[in-house]
Amino acid sequence: MAQSLDRLRESPSQTAGPYVHIGLTPNFCGIGAVYPSDLGATMVNDKTKGERIKLHIRVLDGTGTPLKDALIEIWQADADGFYNSPAELRGAADPNFFGWGRCPTDMETGLCAFETVKPGRVPFPDGRLMAPHITLWIVARGINIGLHTRLYFSDEEKANAGDPILARIEHRVRLPTLIAERKGDTYVFDIHLQGEKETVFFDS
Amino acid sequence: MPESGSNRVPETGAFFQRDRTWHPPALTPGYKSSVLRSPQKALLSFDNTLSEISGPVFGHAMLGELDNDLIHNFARPGESAIGERIIVHGRVLDERGLGVPGVLLEFWQANAGGRYRHKKDGYLAPLDPNFGGCGRTLSGEDGGYAFRTVKPGPYPWPNGPNDWRPAHIHFSVFGHGFAQRLITQMYFEGDPLIWKCPIVRGIADKAAIEALTAVLDTQATIPMDALAYKFDIVLRGRRSSLFENRMEGN
Repeated sequence: MAQSLDRLRESPSQTAGPYVHIGLTPNFCGIGAVYPSDLGATMVNDKTKGERIKLHIRVLDGTGTPLKDALIEIWQADADGFYNSPAELRGAADPNFFGWGRCPTDMETGLCAFETVKPGRVPFPDGRLMAPHITLWIVARGINIGLHTRLYFSDEEKANAGDPILARIEHRVRLPTLIAERKGDTYVFDIHLQGEKETVFFDS
Repeated sequence: MPESGSNRVPETGAFFQRDRTWHPPALTPGYKSSVLRSPQKALLSFDNTLSEISGPVFGHAMLGELDNDLIHNFARPGESAIGERIIVHGRVLDERGLGVPGVLLEFWQANAGGRYRHKKDGYLAPLDPNFGGCGRTLSGEDGGYAFRTVKPGPYPWPNGPNDWRPAHIHFSVFGHGFAQRLITQMYFEGDPLIWKCPIVRGIADKAAIEALTAVLDTQATIPMDALAYKFDIVLRGRRSSLFENRMEGN
């Protein structure tokens, strides 16, 4: 027998369940006495650099019905393309932009509304610039392991055309599932969990 | 930065690939809600970019004094939650066995009778006026964490006609990179409901289920006060970037 690699194995995922709000957005579900505010509810202040945008995101199941018990987290670079993270070695990110947000879907409409700034471009490992994008992570009842995808912007056609991740999508007909549609200062993005319009989800 | 105060250099290697045969798959029909909420097309695979390697860092300033004490953080002054008083402790490790310091852990659970403080929970077991059900903490320099709570009760749920969840605590864990993000559930050693639960049984490997089962830890109990359970959490490891084939610009 050869030596053992002696590595541990990642803790297996389990669904966040229907009451995820109790732990992650307690104020949203009426538990107001524990934390002063829900983490990730506000992403920008009046000093944050960059173009203010809104994201209107819904998550739809295999029948096209919006989920009313999902939760979305987003992670993005600042307006100049720097992440507010120790792993960012290229320079300092905007101190007035944390880059992370969290929003439960509305219990009546299923809408997640984020207010943020449009991210700058971030390099791919080979140095090419990726198109502006926001990383999304989606959990809910019925989702056994968090779903990872990206939101790209409909008014960045040229950058999107050169994006190394979008270029990996073999079935080009699926590419629009990652492009949020601009309407004024709002980008509208529907995430389809399954079916013909199924969003491209990532394993990375 | 979690590294502040130590000599640790931020790691920027890509994370080990996730073993998706070890995790539950998206579609586990015994858990009915997964049927219409599971992607049917293959995932798009690519090695981590900076977008996945980086992640948010939370500081101690956001934490309140009772955030890691669910027995008291919702209770009226001088009162406490009803139930088996327990300490849950452990370490956040990565697959290399290294402690993961400075990461945010959030927990939520039902009360001792299996009732959640949530308007969508209509179970007839009563709410405990002194129990909210949420807590959070940051891992220490060695990845260690701990919180106090009451042991949650099992509860019935509308899946099969007579399905009951085992006693469990939900965990949400951040790592140092957003690709380490994980939500899971902790179960309690010896609970016979574990092996009947369709959510648990979405995991194929018995060893993976045991990895989510906390062990009674009498050495960590506080005599005449609280029992203890130990629950370690393992996040994705990082590759060394020593020999990575990277071109300039990153």
